[in-house]
Amino acid sequence: MAEVLVLVDHLDGEIKKSTFELLTAARALGEPSAVVVGPAGSGGKLSEGLKAHGAAKIYVAETDSSDFLTPQVSVLASLVESKDPAAVLIGVSADGKEIAGRLAVRTNSALLGDVVGVSAVDGGAGATHSVFGGAFIAEAKANTAHPVITLRPGSVEVEAADGAGAEESVEVPAASGRSATVQSREPVTGGDRPELTEASVIVSGGRGVGSAEQFSVVEGLADSLGAAVGASRAAVDSGFYPHQFQVGQTGKTVSPQLYIALGISGAIQHRAGMQTSKTIIAVNKDPEAPIFEIADFGVVGDLFKVAPQLQEEVTKRKS
Amino acid sequence: MNIVVLVKQVPDTYSERKLSSGDHTLDRDATDAVLDEIDERAVESALQLKEANDGSEVTVVAMGPDRATDAIRKALSMGADKAVHLSDEALHGSCAVQTTRALAKVIGTLGEVDLILAGNEASDGRTGAVPAMIADVLGLPALTHGRELTVEGSTVTVRRETDDGVTVLSAELPAVVSVNEKINEPRYPSFKGIMAAKKKPVTTLTLADAGIDASEVGLATALSTVTSSQPKPPKSGGEKVEDEGDGGQKIAAFLVGQKLI
Repeated sequence: MAEVLVLVDHLDGEIKKSTFELLTAARALGEPSAVVVGPAGSGGKLSEGLKAHGAAKIYVAETDSSDFLTPQVSVLASLVESKDPAAVLIGVSADGKEIAGRLAVRTNSALLGDVVGVSAVDGGAGATHSVFGGAFIAEAKANTAHPVITLRPGSVEVEAADGAGAEESVEVPAASGRSATVQSREPVTGGDRPELTEASVIVSGGRGVGSAEQFSVVEGLADSLGAAVGASRAAVDSGFYPHQFQVGQTGKTVSPQLYIALGISGAIQHRAGMQTSKTIIAVNKDPEAPIFEIADFGVVGDLFKVAPQLQEEVTKRKS
Repeated sequence: MNIVVLVKQVPDTYSERKLSSGDHTLDRDATDAVLDEIDERAVESALQLKEANDGSEVTVVAMGPDRATDAIRKALSMGADKAVHLSDEALHGSCAVQTTRALAKVIGTLGEVDLILAGNEASDGRTGAVPAMIADVLGLPALTHGRELTVEGSTVTVRRETDDGVTVLSAELPAVVSVNEKINEPRYPSFKGIMAAKKKPVTTLTLADAGIDASEVGLATALSTVTSSQPKPPKSGGEKVEDEGDGGQKIAAFLVGQKLI
């Protein structure tokens, strides 16, 4: 069975959930081989988790290089050459996209970016794209060997599987060009709320929230539901909430089980980032707001009355 | 300093975007086209560096159909000095890898370049990696997603901000830098700037001019092919009620019915 290389995303000895999604998705194309690139000692800490999610092999490249992303690209490129894998799977993130792009252009491989599903097509690799915030579904196929595929987090349900997890240490090849040097790194420490793109419930606020202080209404409801907090572009542009929480065409694309839109009119800019949510609830003063066209349940009213009441109901049910 | 800024004309994100039914490429005629917002910020960064370094020149590079000229003019009216536009029918449907190689060839025609600037991610394709891919082809360092950019002597430093955190990167010039949406507020073109832009040189290159073989680009030889595309059926609205003091309770009841709480 052909190997499928999966780049492991890890931080401080913890494997990111997106890596387990990749290991699950990889099985549609072949046998997953995990690729760990990191500082000395990385491999040992990660092998249990990788084995439990079906990694047949674990390639470990330990390096203390401060070259930015180049070790990952070089290790994957040399494995593509020596193992001729059916595909290389990488999670969508700023780093992941960059590693994937550089690898594809270096190994002359198809780049199937930001896909939501992976499948075997005519002996090659195929992928499903959700385009323009889910307004279009497109199927694509690779025309080359060893395509490089980036998978959007949250698009595949993780399934545990036993893998042999045979470890093999690999060298980091010398860089072919110049690299940027990492001077310092401060990873984001996760807050108490779930990550926006991974959350199963999201409560978002729009222009109707009115101010940064009043976003506490959105946060309060979100916390009662264990939800992530999102914001529309109008709210972000007005300075109510930080940009990294923006949902929409120029922000994050989300697809949670439940999306609650508070004071969001539902311009196409916003809808494109959330319209594939399973269930959509909208609260807006304006009965003509376009958000109601896609809401499964809508309340025409004042969000400052409706949201706290809903929060109270949710809290009651929990106790 | 010789600064190159890569710009892209994209569908306005406030308009509805479509894929064409024939070859599943972006239907560029169905939407309003604008200079990508993030690229305006890349142009602004280039202009700030030019203003701080006497004798600098800013060259705008774009690849795309004829109407990409509008995006180029916008960049020139902001203050860029000249532009190079790779425009050839044969480019239609090129994949990210082909686009990267084509742009790298165009940059190769420009002589000595110190800094290549770009937006971190176009709002239409969202590959989000083309600047780093170009750097890889050219053997240059890639300093991406810059929130802050400084050049001191021959060293460029970028504060890279992404969802995953902050990384400070440095490299010797020449280098490729991509900027994020927080790096600056792009200036509005002045009337004088708009008038001046009309006289600024725009070189249009065909594939042959840039030394690119037609077989290296385009839909037919793309490394990946979109085999089908279809619009998702629009979601239809469900129940809508007026709040009569029990709106929150009604939502809760609906969520209980859906087993969501």
